[in-house]
Amino acid sequence: MDFLTLFVVVPVLTIFAIVFTKNMKQTRLVSAIGMGVQLILAIALVFMYLAEREAGNTAEMVFSHSYVWFESLNIQYIIGVDGISVAMILLAAIVVLTGIFASWQVDFLPREFFISLIFLSAGVFGFFISLDLFTMFLFYEVAVIPMYLLIGIWGTGPKEYSAMKLTLMLMGASALLLVGLLGIYFNSNAGGGDLTFNILEIAKVNIPMSAQRMFFPMTFIGFGVLGALFPFHTWSPDGHASAPTAVSMLHAGVLMKLGGYGAFRVAMYLMPDAAQEMAWIFLILTGISVVYGAFGAIFQKDLKYINAYSSVSHCGLVLFAILMMNKTALNGAILQMISHGLMTALFFALIGMIYGRTHTRMINQLGGLMKIMPVLSVSYVIAGLASLGLPGLSGFIAEMTIFFGAFQHPDVFHRVLTITAAASIVITAVYILRVVGQILYGPVTNEHYLKLDDAHWYERVSTGVLIVAIAGIGIAPLWLSDMINDSLNPIVHQLMQAIVK
Amino acid sequence: MIDFSYTVLILLIPLFMFLLIGLTSGKMKPALSGYIGTLAMSVVTLLSYYTAYQYFFNRPAGTEIFEKIVPFHTVWVHFTDTLYVDLGVLLDPISVMMLVVITTVSLMVHIYSIGYMHGEKGYSRFYAFLSLFSFSMLGLVVATNIFQMYMFWELVGVSSYLLISFYYEKPTAVSAGKKAFIVTRFADLGFLIGILILSYISGTFNFVELTDPQGALITQGTSLTFMGISALTWALTLIFMGGAGKSAMFPLHIWLPDAMEGPTPVSALIHAATMVVAGVYLVARLFPIYYFVVPDALTIVAYVGGFTSLFAAVIACTQTDIKRVLAFSTMSQIGYMMLALGVSGYGGEHGLGYMASMFHLFTHAMFKALLFLGAGAIIHAVHTNDMNHMGGLRKYLPITHITFLIATLTISGMPPFSAYFSKDEILVAAFEHDKFLFFIEYAVSGITAFYMFRLYFNVFWGKSTHYHHTPHESPLTMTVPLMILAVASMFTGFIPFNDLVTSNGAAFELHTDWSVAIPSVAIGLVGIAVAWIFYKKQSAIPDKLAVTFKYPYKWSFNKFYIDEVYLFVTKKIIFNRISAPVAWFDRHVVDASMNGISWVTNAISDQIKGLQSGQLQKYGFVFVSGVLILTFAFVYFLFN
Repeated sequence: MDFLTLFVVVPVLTIFAIVFTKNMKQTRLVSAIGMGVQLILAIALVFMYLAEREAGNTAEMVFSHSYVWFESLNIQYIIGVDGISVAMILLAAIVVLTGIFASWQVDFLPREFFISLIFLSAGVFGFFISLDLFTMFLFYEVAVIPMYLLIGIWGTGPKEYSAMKLTLMLMGASALLLVGLLGIYFNSNAGGGDLTFNILEIAKVNIPMSAQRMFFPMTFIGFGVLGALFPFHTWSPDGHASAPTAVSMLHAGVLMKLGGYGAFRVAMYLMPDAAQEMAWIFLILTGISVVYGAFGAIFQKDLKYINAYSSVSHCGLVLFAILMMNKTALNGAILQMISHGLMTALFFALIGMIYGRTHTRMINQLGGLMKIMPVLSVSYVIAGLASLGLPGLSGFIAEMTIFFGAFQHPDVFHRVLTITAAASIVITAVYILRVVGQILYGPVTNEHYLKLDDAHWYERVSTGVLIVAIAGIGIAPLWLSDMINDSLNPIVHQLMQAIVK
Repeated sequence: MIDFSYTVLILLIPLFMFLLIGLTSGKMKPALSGYIGTLAMSVVTLLSYYTAYQYFFNRPAGTEIFEKIVPFHTVWVHFTDTLYVDLGVLLDPISVMMLVVITTVSLMVHIYSIGYMHGEKGYSRFYAFLSLFSFSMLGLVVATNIFQMYMFWELVGVSSYLLISFYYEKPTAVSAGKKAFIVTRFADLGFLIGILILSYISGTFNFVELTDPQGALITQGTSLTFMGISALTWALTLIFMGGAGKSAMFPLHIWLPDAMEGPTPVSALIHAATMVVAGVYLVARLFPIYYFVVPDALTIVAYVGGFTSLFAAVIACTQTDIKRVLAFSTMSQIGYMMLALGVSGYGGEHGLGYMASMFHLFTHAMFKALLFLGAGAIIHAVHTNDMNHMGGLRKYLPITHITFLIATLTISGMPPFSAYFSKDEILVAAFEHDKFLFFIEYAVSGITAFYMFRLYFNVFWGKSTHYHHTPHESPLTMTVPLMILAVASMFTGFIPFNDLVTSNGAAFELHTDWSVAIPSVAIGLVGIAVAWIFYKKQSAIPDKLAVTFKYPYKWSFNKFYIDEVYLFVTKKIIFNRISAPVAWFDRHVVDASMNGISWVTNAISDQIKGLQSGQLQKYGFVFVSGVLILTFAFVYFLFN
């Protein structure tokens, strides 16, 4: 078996192991071990990848393998990674493991909970390693569907409504996406070869413009919904608010990234001409997402809603940067995905921990937590500072790469739009400091809170790992940025050629 | 060439201290964190002094001017193939001077806080934040490129936020921190956009390349315009906006008076001596670009500085919180520095304003830190900030009294104290360039002397107030820094800045212009005399005047209602008119339309679900009718 497939096999084996566990303690231990192994594999993958590049392998995808799966339609299981997918796999591994630790105390049907969670993560990892559109779509669905159960069963508040809303909107997007992918498939013989789902093969083909015009928006929106593209983002606030902690973490931290990743690896890479032509429409939409999400967040009163709207803003920036279509902005988009994934996972983890103690997420009912639970509060401040772009934490470098990349665009429209998006950093500061000031600082609002305890060891593991990752990227971004940069050449080349035409 | 690579330690030691004290907070004895923090800071201070000595007095023989030296740099990240960010150390006259200023004041504040913060909860947190601030501020001044400067600029902003909100259980402190951060963040947005434009035009962040008078940017400028104005003017004006925010220039000043909620040593370090002059430093750093390429922006700098110095001085006359009086006087003094840059030329004697600005920055740091630390000692003794509740303190606090008096005389521009020299050069520079601004500054020196002595007399003389506890002099850890700073305030005026810190690094001759200096001292004396009459003994004159000039008094007392304007814009407009509608729109339009789709789907399926009734006769009926319709249609079309 090849190395990359392990990323799907390990979760599956973990699930089998969980089936045989007898109680919550065993279940969570097995899950933690399984996902711990996964994280070690992911870190190993980074080193292997860097060593491979160091050794002079300049192939677009490395560790590549393909197995024919369904011959008559030429569906294959093709896997391979470049710097971008390696980075995304690392992100996913970190968030999944910390998510397990954040759900250490799930006592309602723990086996089923962890099985669904890990099943979901198998889909995520599969998505990032596959290079075949069909396989990719399959893994995508594997990742999306358990969400319904996870929210519907283990959620809080109007969980059935939220679960249904989220699933229906994402399914609607999937339908659109499927049509888009089939459209690509049926045009993949434009260069004279066989029909294929292989991304690398299709990239060499010039899909006819008429087809691109039709299928680019479908694919982009299909993925974009998952990336909280305005106006298809409304599943996000309700979904996050009802989801259990680990699910929010995974969903905002990793699943939303499938949207951004798919949008550029599939939609932009395979249909660059239509991308160039239609980018302005989506640029406006994503520009709205960025500012609108931030303004929306100012007014919210529920911590999870605030974070959901902030995610709309930050993920909007990802798609925004992708649409700027130059190397720096694209690099920034990937960095932003990673950075947002880490810090939003940290946010949701902390919100879950605070909610678990105080049983409220309303900011006007909370207050003075810094005095009661300093570790959690300091972590929250760090997450907040990362979110508002403090240098030395990951958010800063990601946003700056985006702004400086996008501003290199020769067109004035794009530069003005960049400035508008950059204005969101002020609004972000407003809602972050508002929350910090309200819930962490000030007098203690409820004397019952005085009895609450600070972070337990498993919560410290969960937040600690995330903080180390956030600070690590923030302080020394060069390796990551360079790793991503080298892998952007093929797609940038495609997009440049589209301009020349 | 002298090897300056050790200067990187000046940054690394405070960073390490921040991590050490921060991570061991709660485990280490609080007192210990104060001692090791102070010890580390003294090492950094010695290193800075050594650097200054090496740089200024040990330069290689035969060099006429002070060169820019980059002893250390490393690539932090690449943006494009040509645009990259370095982290490094740049030594030139102003950065070396700033190293001395920052480490001196920071060390004094470290020592002072051992006494002042004694027994406070969060003592080690305080020292951790102080180290973080020192690291950020030092990183800011030695930045080799504008992006590095921006990074540290933001870090400085956050350390300031953390320290203002230090007493986090106090709601006013929390909101003051928030206000400071958001207002400066808004200004920093201008800075960021300015950098975006500047780097787009020049393709580099590097200060050495950007500010080289023979370099591409200055010689070629740009043909790019936006809305009819040169893109470079936009860029440099926006960058100045960032500087104006940090330096509390009108109208971005509103955060500074509130920032006094922080512990007093913090006010001395951050909000008087170092961080608030970052804006001045920024303009000085980019000065060649301002001077050669965008003189319009430089005029803006001059007028914003001049206006702020007057505006703040007028407000300071009516405030009663002693820290706020000092805060407004800081604004006023920084206005002087900005103005001096704004009226300066470049090179040799033409760069008089530049030199004067840096000179005043230096002397101001010493005497203003002294004033704040003195105010801290007073507050420490009487437990109030309000000067109406003070009086006659000279008997109880002899050391504080003498040092405070020295600082007050210094800020009033009395010879031979330091500010007399630096302020005089600013006035001369203004006189040569712009008479209008010059006369404003004359007025401001009179007002300054008045409100500072108003403060002094009110606190140390005047009515003898009854105190609950007899006020007593502070411990040595607090008074020794006061004495050191008092000595600095008295004698730093004799440093030959014209030989050391000049716009192009070359020394020039300085002449004393008695026609400017004598009236300036006279005006200062008038201010002092008025304060003497009004406040030395309890007198009814001030109250009468307040009644006679009711409206001017009210406007000044209420800080010209600028806060209210901001409150209106943020609460009424941004929160209620933008944010609330956005939130409403999202729920009731965007989301509702999504729900609407599901409702329509539901309704349709409700309508057509009757078709799947399960009754055979109904299916048979539909089947037969369908066949019949199709047959008829087929026959019809076939035969037509």
